[in-house]
Amino acid sequence: MLKLIQTRLKQGYRTSAFPRKPINLHPSYRGRPEINRDCDPEVAARCAEACPQEAIDAEKRRIDLGRCVFCGLCQQLSEGRFIRFTTDFRLGVAERDQLLYQGSLPDLAAHSKQHFKKLFGRSLQLREVSAGGCNACEADTNVLNTPFFDLSRFGIQFVASPRHADGVFVTGPVPRNMKTALLDTYQAVPAPKVVIACGSCALSGGPFRGSDEIVPLETLLPVDLFIPGCPPHPLTILDALLKYFKG
Amino acid sequence: MDNFLPITNGCAIPRKELPILEFPHFRDSLLASTAANGNIVQFFGYEENGTATLLAVIRKGYDLSAAQCAMPKEFPSLTAENWKFNLFEREIAEQFGIRPLHHPWFKPVRYHANWRGAPDVFGADYQTDIPGLYDYFRVEGEHIHEVAVGPVHAGIIEPGHFRFQCFGEKVLHLEIQLGYQHRGVERLLPTLPFKRLPIVVEGIAGDTTIGNSLCFAQAVESLSSLKVPDPARVVRTIALELERLACHVGDLGALSGDVAFNPPAAYYGRLRGEFLNLLVVLAGNRFGKGLVRPGGVTKIPTPDNVALLRDKIKEVRPEIIQVADLLFSAHSVQARFEGCGRVDRATAEAVGLVGVAGRASGLDYDAREFFPTEKYKMMSPCSYNRKRGGVYSRAWVRYEEICHSLNLAEDLLGTIPEGDLPFPDPNWRLAPDSFVVTVNEPWRGELSHCLLTDAQGKILRYKVKDPSFHNWTGLALALRNQEISDFPLNNKSFNLSYCGFDL
Repeated sequence: MLKLIQTRLKQGYRTSAFPRKPINLHPSYRGRPEINRDCDPEVAARCAEACPQEAIDAEKRRIDLGRCVFCGLCQQLSEGRFIRFTTDFRLGVAERDQLLYQGSLPDLAAHSKQHFKKLFGRSLQLREVSAGGCNACEADTNVLNTPFFDLSRFGIQFVASPRHADGVFVTGPVPRNMKTALLDTYQAVPAPKVVIACGSCALSGGPFRGSDEIVPLETLLPVDLFIPGCPPHPLTILDALLKYFKG
Repeated sequence: MDNFLPITNGCAIPRKELPILEFPHFRDSLLASTAANGNIVQFFGYEENGTATLLAVIRKGYDLSAAQCAMPKEFPSLTAENWKFNLFEREIAEQFGIRPLHHPWFKPVRYHANWRGAPDVFGADYQTDIPGLYDYFRVEGEHIHEVAVGPVHAGIIEPGHFRFQCFGEKVLHLEIQLGYQHRGVERLLPTLPFKRLPIVVEGIAGDTTIGNSLCFAQAVESLSSLKVPDPARVVRTIALELERLACHVGDLGALSGDVAFNPPAAYYGRLRGEFLNLLVVLAGNRFGKGLVRPGGVTKIPTPDNVALLRDKIKEVRPEIIQVADLLFSAHSVQARFEGCGRVDRATAEAVGLVGVAGRASGLDYDAREFFPTEKYKMMSPCSYNRKRGGVYSRAWVRYEEICHSLNLAEDLLGTIPEGDLPFPDPNWRLAPDSFVVTVNEPWRGELSHCLLTDAQGKILRYKVKDPSFHNWTGLALALRNQEISDFPLNNKSFNLSYCGFDL
């Protein structure tokens, strides 16, 4: 008992003040990229050519943030002259097209479906479906339940049964072998229900795009909220959930 | 084994040097070696110009050796004589449509049609996309009941199906069917432009990003004679240890949560995040994605960041120790951990367990010590005091490795020189007609990649073997005669990869 109290005192109170107070990530973190629209076309073309995700449109000076895995190669190749990653983690959007990014993202709170805010703004229960990811998105979603993020203080919970859920939260590129399980889970959620796609895989197939063994999520379910990243930072997920449902 | 060629971890050789044996010799050598403490590192098939071949890499003590043979249409199963071959043989059958005769438990591994369009050896037509649609092993009896769990689990966990045969609370048998995460990684990799490879490899198992990236980078470096600067090796080793620290610390917290002792679960949950944040400092990503590339690393930490890493390690070490004391001395924890889910040494040896689970059962194999890469040659090995093979041992081994890794990371941080390195050139080429196998010890255990190139220097075969490929059987055996309520605890004590297994 004494040990319990000692450890408790040592550990102290650790929950972040976000979103009441802003939070700064380490400058190494690669969040929302900044695009230099006046960049030398040759540099932009070289980045587009080298991009492993083929996410860059050099002519339009555009990055598909749904495909991008934020690997940082374009920043390194262009020495920051074309693309530079900032520590801004706020990346969620309500339409897939909004991720065709030319330097700014629309205000998520203004684009979310208003009836979802009314229904789920004070209490949101989600059923997570891990569909073929690398377990990084899953791990960084799970981490929202640790004391630092403490997701439940916002009235948001990940629940065990789809019957108790208001929607599904999908990670992974959806392997053929997970298609039925994903659709069954979605079916089991009572309407009205929301679909959240989290991570590059769920948004575009991510690293696995082109594999015969995956079925793109957008061909299976109507997605309401898109959260880019590989994996998205827990704060990216938290920020997107708060803005979309409570913003 | 004299007909197997001795090879070195991470050293490419021309494929023509690999001996090609007649199948009976190949089989006899494999069985003789595995019966005498030899273990399978790789055993897989590949096809070139219509000719299919089997290739095996065996480890015995500090030695690695390899040989191949022409792939027969069917062959007397090796699993029938040694259980270590079970999944390897089924995987070969699934990928190439050949049949190991008299295999004691022949069923799909990941549930997909074979790569050659051969008639299916499992009698499946793959019209339904459910790997678990299969006749499970059943225990019959009036009071026997069956519990089916998954693929979608109660928490935020990867999918897999578990089928328990129970007598009351007691689990008589657990069968694990995976394949739900199958993304076709091994088929995809050889078809891709090289620029996509590092990204796919990082996605094999996100919690083992550094481990998989290292196996890949070392293979490419050897195949393309890339020199890796020493500071890059230091950073890569630190990254692998930070990955281990994050996962082990997180696991201890989760184990505590699974016995409903919440304080360490909360504290370790947060402390795990500290290590992920240190990976951000190194890599710009919480899982270390974007750091390791063939030829080195994309970034050497600045002196300020090195200081930050050292200070953070100094800060969290006493916290980790204090929480461990709280965890391991709590009677309620001891009552649940002690004696639960034992895999004795003989069983562990028989199924070929590796990593944390193997060491907890007394198998002193750590690839960092046996086949050192990067900076591990100078590392003093970790010592282990609990080898009884149960949940307690698997937890305690993690704690010992945490303390060991903290020392290692601290020591290595002192050796990073100032100054940046040139960015590794992404335009590498691979030597034609070559073979290389790489072995590393990320946090779960022995991970191995194997690359074969064709006459044009393209990838002919990319084989990945996650430690979980050896260890899922260990979990099934640990559950025998345990209470079904102890399953989550046992599962967490192994904490195996679904995506790394399913590929």
